[in-house]
Amino acid sequence: MRNRDAAYWLFLTPVLAALILVVIIPLIYGFYYSFTNWNGLGTPDFIGLKHYLDLFTDKGFLDTFWFTIKFSVAAIVVINIIGLSLALIVTSKIKSSNILRTVFFMPNLIGGLILGFIWQFIFIKVFGAIGDLTGIEAFNGWLSTTDTGFWGLIILTSWQMAGYIMIIYIAYLQAVPEDLIEAAKIDGANSFQRFRHITFPLVAPAFTVSLFLTLSHSFKIYDQNLSLTNGAPYNSTEMVAMNIVKSAFTENDMAYAQAKAVIFFVIVAVVSLTQVYINKKREVEL
Amino acid sequence: MRDKWKLWLIGFIGFILAILWLTPFYLMIVNAFKMKRDIFADTLGLPETWTFENFIQAFEQLDFLRTLFNSLLISGVSVVIIIIFSAMAAYALSRNKSKISSLLFFVFVAAMLIPFQSVMIPLVAQFGKLGMLNKAGLIFMYLGFGCSLSIFLYHGTLKGIPISLDEAAKIDGANRFQVFWYIIFPLLKPMSITVGILNVIWIWNDYLLPSLVIGGAGSETIPLKLFFFFGQYTKQWHLALAGLTLSIIPVIIAYFFAQRQIIKGIADGAVK
Repeated sequence: MRNRDAAYWLFLTPVLAALILVVIIPLIYGFYYSFTNWNGLGTPDFIGLKHYLDLFTDKGFLDTFWFTIKFSVAAIVVINIIGLSLALIVTSKIKSSNILRTVFFMPNLIGGLILGFIWQFIFIKVFGAIGDLTGIEAFNGWLSTTDTGFWGLIILTSWQMAGYIMIIYIAYLQAVPEDLIEAAKIDGANSFQRFRHITFPLVAPAFTVSLFLTLSHSFKIYDQNLSLTNGAPYNSTEMVAMNIVKSAFTENDMAYAQAKAVIFFVIVAVVSLTQVYINKKREVEL
Repeated sequence: MRDKWKLWLIGFIGFILAILWLTPFYLMIVNAFKMKRDIFADTLGLPETWTFENFIQAFEQLDFLRTLFNSLLISGVSVVIIIIFSAMAAYALSRNKSKISSLLFFVFVAAMLIPFQSVMIPLVAQFGKLGMLNKAGLIFMYLGFGCSLSIFLYHGTLKGIPISLDEAAKIDGANRFQVFWYIIFPLLKPMSITVGILNVIWIWNDYLLPSLVIGGAGSETIPLKLFFFFGQYTKQWHLALAGLTLSIIPVIIAYFFAQRQIIKGIADGAVK
């Protein structure tokens, strides 16, 4: 197919049109709007870096940001530990492995919004009932404080995402050659040694993939945040994605929200590019 | 002997975890069948009297058949056009090895880095000006957001399909479109299933984009309608839970029939 072939461009037109109109033009306009006082209508006036400078002293936004970082770090650790454990259970030679895999993966297919509502019921009503039943104070008042909101979000996303991360670990674990493990067994390596010296090094690439996937997922989380806590109490459990949506469509502060969105984009892009770089580097080393 | 005991232990732990994983669904379903006062009296146990009343009311309030139809229509049309147009584009890009092709491929892949929130405000403003904040506009946006990963996945598969196939068909008198539609596209079927699954999961569950694009009564998708419904019945858990249960049923049915393909699709999409 040559460039000047009409067919070449005809094949590309639908997706190119969609990408340009839906992603590229809004991205460029977004950069532009973030330097103006645009309010969604009319012609914007250029105001330079004002929004970006304001952001650095905007306590609400900085708190949101800090909460998102704390959340992402905790989520990465918890989700990967659970995901790897589930993968190790499912790939061991137990009879129930297929049904277990199906069960662990199930929450992933259901939207974050619905899952958040289900867990809202569990944290408020069910935890309350358990608290009343056992007299353990820790079960009462979930989602009414920042801490319980934080851990509520962690529990919700771990329950949802661990099955997804499990699938990734399974793909790599199944690629570990059986005879290598057998040989180590014959040489007298115990199961911890086999994991440490054979499985672990071979599964190492899965860690990079999973760490970055959980990082970008948890950093960009919105639906779960909206349905589980909606930022309560007092916006203290609000994350960046939600903060942007709120300041754009609730407070109607379009240009300011867009400046936040640009910062958000830069961070997400840097994280993703770091992953690409690490992957490429490893490919070269291999 | 020791190995057998160990397997038994792992199986047991797995079983406990599976129970734990399913507990939220159990709690949602049993409480959806309870009368309002029973939820307060006994949240954990089975209902004293099973009632379908909650489901009937939730079904009506959610306008469930229409909402389900909207979700099916939007997800279905979006996924079909993503599959066809992305496969076409990936085919053109993989068969034409020019600088323009590499540049375009790079642009498509780079677009995957852009989070939705960073383009959403101008996107909604501009589509609003064009009068395109409706179902058709939404489907077009899904093509824009969904095509990058899809093109990337198809491109990888197309590299493995020998160009001699194209040439043979051409000699037999087929034009470009015929070569693509009758020779290449059928060969891409396994990848089309993966691309379809990956896209249908996020589009079906998407809340934010439809909430910004389709406001009109009667055209809501399931997540959208459920959000309003839940807001209305926050203190009436028996109804809220029945609504949640109803809205999960289509997904569970799909998972039941296609779980092997779904899990394989997810693994293929994530590892690449």
